[in-house]
Amino acid sequence: MAPGTVVGMTRNDTSRGAGSGGNAVEVRGLVKHFGATKALDGIDLDVREGTVLGVLGPNGAGKTTLVRCLSTLLRPDAGTARVGGYDVVAQPRQLRRVIGLTGQYASVDEKLSGFENLYMIGRLLDLSRKEARRRGEEMLERFSLTEAAKRPAGQYSGGMRRRLDLAASMIGQPSVLYLDEPTTGLDPRTRNEVWEEVRRMVSEGATVLLTTQYMEEAEQLAHELTVIDRGQVIAGGRVDELKAKVGGRTLQIRPADRAEVPRMVGALAQARLDGIAGATADEAEGTVNVPIISDEQLTAVVGLLGSRGFAISGISTHLPSLDEVFLAVTGQKASAPQQDGADTDTDALQEVAA
Amino acid sequence: MSAATVSAPAAAAPAREGRIGLRANLRHIGALARRNALQIKADPESMFDAVIMPIIFILLFTYVFGGSMAGKGHEQEYLNYLVPGLMAMQGMNIAMAVGVGVNDDFKKGVMDRFRTMPIARSSVLVAKIVVEVGRMLVATTILLGMGFALGFSVSTSPLHLLAAVALAMVFGASLMWIFILLGLTMKTAQAVQGMAMIVLMPLQFGSSIFAPTANMPGWLEAFTKYNPLSNLADAVRHLLRGGPVAHSLWMTLAWAAAITLVTAPLAVSKFRKKT
Repeated sequence: MAPGTVVGMTRNDTSRGAGSGGNAVEVRGLVKHFGATKALDGIDLDVREGTVLGVLGPNGAGKTTLVRCLSTLLRPDAGTARVGGYDVVAQPRQLRRVIGLTGQYASVDEKLSGFENLYMIGRLLDLSRKEARRRGEEMLERFSLTEAAKRPAGQYSGGMRRRLDLAASMIGQPSVLYLDEPTTGLDPRTRNEVWEEVRRMVSEGATVLLTTQYMEEAEQLAHELTVIDRGQVIAGGRVDELKAKVGGRTLQIRPADRAEVPRMVGALAQARLDGIAGATADEAEGTVNVPIISDEQLTAVVGLLGSRGFAISGISTHLPSLDEVFLAVTGQKASAPQQDGADTDTDALQEVAA
Repeated sequence: MSAATVSAPAAAAPAREGRIGLRANLRHIGALARRNALQIKADPESMFDAVIMPIIFILLFTYVFGGSMAGKGHEQEYLNYLVPGLMAMQGMNIAMAVGVGVNDDFKKGVMDRFRTMPIARSSVLVAKIVVEVGRMLVATTILLGMGFALGFSVSTSPLHLLAAVALAMVFGASLMWIFILLGLTMKTAQAVQGMAMIVLMPLQFGSSIFAPTANMPGWLEAFTKYNPLSNLADAVRHLLRGGPVAHSLWMTLAWAAAITLVTAPLAVSKFRKKT
């Protein structure tokens, strides 16, 4: 039997394969064309072992193509990529032993039950029958799917299917996990469950490369961020660094009386609270918008307005949208998604395959 | 069988590391075949072609053509000619379904998962063939059962019968590679079906499956002589009903080997590159 055949605890494989200064994923100058389209146009990025890298970008930015290159589904045209120390082009077999992939579209067999899906993956990862059964049941339990274990996956709700997909990716305890827009299309409750699981995997030592269109998701999960657009990296760094650039959150205050909006803006400008500048009036909405970067600032602003006797009827904060992030880091709007929208990457792939 | 034998021989040690061993490969094929079998279990209607078609074919041909072929009241004689021919045809029909199924199946996300796992990519295709040969065996059993009920008889021995069934399976499996290749190449399942019909019809009817070729025009007789389905039908016929078996048997095995050697590596490489 070949030396690498026993999978079981693949996590150990990283230490064997890596030895490259603690980066589980290293991408240099990665290029992938689909005909005339440059889906990846020289991507550089690193994911440190045991951390989450968020890859943020609009539809058609090249996120899915990147993940497919890193999981040996696509062969890059130029550049190099190493995962767990293995080269994606030269050592695909070894590389597949250390990765797990959960895509935007759940990759489970819809005709098979949840349990049979997981059991099959276990067997394909060379677990014994007994071990595959045990691990399958363990994963079903962990992802709250035990009750649905015997139902065909095709009858699962979107959230259940995504959880099953995550469970399938984790059967082999991969040391590097790719999550390609794991919560796109999920309701908030299910989204939170997926986030919880991702945090748990990271706490157990997994390295995660997460693609997302949502700043909030990146902020919730990622240690570092890489923003890509049209196949190129346009910004990168720690999440707080990037947030500082973007201006963190926006605090939106709605006075009981709309006419007070200008007076509130004036009061805030006069008070010169620490780090707070640029309160603006949104006359159409009847709100005051204040960029803030900490909870202390939120308290300070609300406290000040209260002490001046303003009547406030509503307060909300929201994270900058992807558009605002792009505006802040590039000074221009994100490139409009191509005509075929959400499926740009997939469509391009199918055309190439045909 | 493993992908490794298909790809260029890699002498360097790092490339050999991570190669899938034979036992692991068999285990993977087993797990994937179980998947295909469970899919059939979840969708029993998918067995209709294997269960119903042999019955329809044997009744149709025996009673519609049998009287004219062998003379009214002599359908029995035609039955003895027909059953071995239908055994040969069976493989084609099942193989066609494989192409359609593969086209459908490979559009699903689960294939991405298989392709990112440390398994030989050929194992996905081999597992499909294993299960389809099983389906073929079911169809052949039903065909033979129906044939015996109507009065078909084997004039040689049970051993010859087994050999005939095995030969039909081997040839059917080689045909499946063609249709898997088609299924991986064509864009839609409908296109696969259309293409399959274009290939199938002349091969099925321009053969010795339904009628002896002696009464056909010269050009057609020449075609039937090189039609592998004629070789298979003749081989099965001679195995079951007696007659010189060697030539048609070897021709059939040669065809099966040639088809597999050409199409199997192409299909695996197509599957590997398919994105």
